[in-house]
Amino acid sequence: MRALALACVVVLVSCGGASPTTANTGSVTVYAGSSLADAFKKAGEHLKVKDPRTDYVFNFGSSSTLATQITSGAPADVFASADDVNMQKLVDAKLNDGAPTFFVGNRLQIAVAAGNPKQIAGLADLARPGLILVLAGPTVPAGRYSLDALRKAGVNVRPASQEVDVRAVLNKVALGEADAGIVYVTDVKAAGTRVTGVEIPEQHQVIARYPIVVVKDSKKPRLARSYVEFLLSDEGQTLLAEFGFSRP
Amino acid sequence: MSTARPPFAIAALAAIAVAFFALPLAGLVYRVSWQTALSDLLTPEALDALRLSLVVSMAATVLGLLLGVPLAWFYARVIFPGRNVVRALTTLPMVLPPVVGGVALLAAFGRRGLAGEWLDAGFGLRIPFTTAATVMAATFVSMPFLVLTVEAGIRSVDRRYEEAARTLGASQWRIFRQVTLPLVAPSLFAGAVLCWARALGEFGATITFAGNLPGVTQTLPLAVYLAMETRPEVAILLSLVLLLVSLAVLVALRDRYLRLD
Repeated sequence: MRALALACVVVLVSCGGASPTTANTGSVTVYAGSSLADAFKKAGEHLKVKDPRTDYVFNFGSSSTLATQITSGAPADVFASADDVNMQKLVDAKLNDGAPTFFVGNRLQIAVAAGNPKQIAGLADLARPGLILVLAGPTVPAGRYSLDALRKAGVNVRPASQEVDVRAVLNKVALGEADAGIVYVTDVKAAGTRVTGVEIPEQHQVIARYPIVVVKDSKKPRLARSYVEFLLSDEGQTLLAEFGFSRP
Repeated sequence: MSTARPPFAIAALAAIAVAFFALPLAGLVYRVSWQTALSDLLTPEALDALRLSLVVSMAATVLGLLLGVPLAWFYARVIFPGRNVVRALTTLPMVLPPVVGGVALLAAFGRRGLAGEWLDAGFGLRIPFTTAATVMAATFVSMPFLVLTVEAGIRSVDRRYEEAARTLGASQWRIFRQVTLPLVAPSLFAGAVLCWARALGEFGATITFAGNLPGVTQTLPLAVYLAMETRPEVAILLSLVLLLVSLAVLVALRDRYLRLD
């Protein structure tokens, strides 16, 4: 009997001792718009250095694809969207834990081949006959923002393809398959010397604001929340600014 | 043919396997919103994708027959050095992830690709983002099915028929056309249908190499993938259409041409 009681105590103590660690251990699954890929991976590495017990697993794609996956039951802990529309899909499905917070902003830019051999000066040049233009699909945030910008500029274009996410647009330009594509400032920066960015003037510009939220039923709500809090902190904002993101 | 009395364990596992394949079909049928089915199917996007898919898969099958049948004949009738390596090369797309096929096609026929750069500079021909690219992607992944089926067919032909024709003075070309081809008609048909069905379902190589534009390169599988985000009911309906077409093909083939049992 005493042995049994002792065993119980040992078990209780060891459990009690272990629980604070298990709460911080594990992996957080972050679903994020493809434009966030480099910045989020860096943020993950940064946090991993601070706390090696937590792993960060990322799923990057168009925010519309990701929102569909989460509402279909994909096990995400955090969702960061490049627009409000796709975040709203999650909120409508009551899959958000707390209100979404805007955490960064972004701007559009025209990506062209390195050195701009086709001498594209602005949105109007994208309508040039024979020029191969690719855009993100109309359901993808970047695709919708691009159409907004083109509408503001009064330019009618005939894209050669509507890509599945903004990084696919960037890659088609970087590979030389397309002459131009509309992407985010941060994408051009991420591509380095492979592409050149052409500015879109202020009056045609579309500002993208990115909301982030902890997903309801997350198995690691505390870790998920601390990831979001990091991004909102000064340190997180500095890291995001290095990739070209602005404050929301 | 005698039927074995199946042991319970084997029967149970086999039943699970059947359920694994049958449930997704049942799920689609269950999720289709039948009230809006007709109007969903008649949306311009769905019709465009359907039309394009038919054109592209037929074109891929014609190309497959034109190039694949001679290739199958070579494999079956001519012994040449490196035959196994060449055959492995032309069978590769069957086991390759289609996206990899798309990347490889870009590397070959893209604007800066091995052949693409030359086509662009010499003839002003640019393949990516065109319906031609969609056909090429479909042909790339589907032709191996035709080649393998037809090769097996030609191998099973009794060579004495061909030799008899030769002793009667027929040329090789005439023998191929008038003796070999009619004898392998069932394999030709089976190969062409398999090739067509695979071409109809092609996704990965297409979206990578040909891009996605409604009416030009957006085939049914691409439309399904993209509709999943905006109009899932359309995606489900189109998926069901694709599934039923493929199922019909396989049932018809199995009964008439694929004599497996």
